[in-house]
Amino acid sequence: MSLEILTYSFMHRALISGVAIAILCSVVGLFLVLRRYSLFGDAIAHSSFGGIALGLLAGVYPLWTAYGVSIVSALIITKVKDKYNISGDASIAVLLSSGIAIGLVIIGLSGGFTIDIFSFLFGSILLVSVNDTVLILALTGIILIVILLLYRQILYSTFNEEQAKVSGIPVEKINYLIVFMAGITVVTSIQLVGVLLISALLVIPNVTAIMYGKGFKLTAIISMSFSIFSVVAGILISYIFDITPAGTIVLLSIGLLAGTMGIKSAGLLSKN
Amino acid sequence: MLSIVEIKNLTVQYPDVKALDDVSFVVNQGDFLGIIGPNGAGKSTLFDSMLGLNTKYKGEIKFFGKDIRKSKNYLKEIGYVPQKPIFEKNFPVTVNDVVKMGLRNKSDENKIDKILQQLWIHELSDRRIGELSGGQQQRVFIAKALVNNPKILILDEPVTGIDQQSIELFYSILRELNSTQKITIIWSSHDLDAVNKLANHVACLNRTLFFHGKSEKFFSDDDLIKQYSEASMQEHMHHH
Repeated sequence: MSLEILTYSFMHRALISGVAIAILCSVVGLFLVLRRYSLFGDAIAHSSFGGIALGLLAGVYPLWTAYGVSIVSALIITKVKDKYNISGDASIAVLLSSGIAIGLVIIGLSGGFTIDIFSFLFGSILLVSVNDTVLILALTGIILIVILLLYRQILYSTFNEEQAKVSGIPVEKINYLIVFMAGITVVTSIQLVGVLLISALLVIPNVTAIMYGKGFKLTAIISMSFSIFSVVAGILISYIFDITPAGTIVLLSIGLLAGTMGIKSAGLLSKN
Repeated sequence: MLSIVEIKNLTVQYPDVKALDDVSFVVNQGDFLGIIGPNGAGKSTLFDSMLGLNTKYKGEIKFFGKDIRKSKNYLKEIGYVPQKPIFEKNFPVTVNDVVKMGLRNKSDENKIDKILQQLWIHELSDRRIGELSGGQQQRVFIAKALVNNPKILILDEPVTGIDQQSIELFYSILRELNSTQKITIIWSSHDLDAVNKLANHVACLNRTLFFHGKSEKFFSDDDLIKQYSEASMQEHMHHH
């Protein structure tokens, strides 16, 4: 029975999209974590809730409105934060709550639509269509290429903004680029784990990988491997035992984090 | 002699205090300029203005004859070593990663190897930057500054909190870079003895510039040194 599930085409789509999202979240998430922006993904996801509600109300495919609303509000909050000198965590709180508030008001206005909202809150990876899969693969490819081309500049402005500026790197433009890519990544990943668990994919594999004390490339590779493992194993296990994929994926990655902490406190990993 | 930096009537007014007041001086190619002055004398403000981090100044700053307000290209010719680079201790980058960060072109591995050897950090290239001592980290940032073949090195109080042995090594590296590689150096320091030994020019700053010239001239003038020590002492008392 356990091998039979690998022959279903919905399972192929789920696994292919899942692996792409795992790679995308781990790479974009690494920069977010290093910028102390771990909760930014969560904030974007919550603001996408407003976008999804808007799409359902207007009769537009909700992911499109989610992309629009999330990216625009993330860019606005970044601009406002710099202009009025609001701290990073406070700006995240503003973004997070305003998205949910907009969503709730729109849902109230429309008299409520529960079923679709539920799948956006908790993900529905087994339901991704062929079109969704193509879109996920395309966006993942584009973002990875951009990061690969610019990673030394992005890394430098993440490491030390002032020094990067003095080297002539356009730090502000790079900040907006990261916010923009984070917006696309989060909305794309909603189909896998939903609005509520998105930051787990962005943050946990990276926090785990950083503990191994390696350089940048190896850290990114470790993070991607853990992320892919959690997603693939999570989708399969959840299907076999008929439990929620999103929860299973997140619990598996937390398991890897706990295991790494265990190895580390047993002294099997180098210090740092 | 070719003047690399020209600063004319530089004034920086903060809301409550004038950080720099009508400062003018010139740095020529090959100079090793030591900038001294008590805490709060405006050294960091001067550097920030020269590096384009502070744009709210009156007066004029020129690099290679061009006003820095008009183009940021001059930054490519500068290697900057900050006072104490701030980063997360467990930031996942090795010495090698740090040196290559921000490079636009494919890195020249032979050249990087050579620079790391010259700075005695070759053995550390695969270690995480956060695991190194303050003196080692400082040398990594000098290596980073040198990768782009800068014409000028700008160093901001770079021996703060570093052990004596590393400081000596650091000084010998600076001397070597200036004398054999002909790199112009602008260096702010609290250490008068070191400035006396290394720098060939001195700028003495305390919001206004009260001396700029050959270092022999400064260090042979007891009145100037006394004036400087009193200013530093006052600042010291003020702080404690």
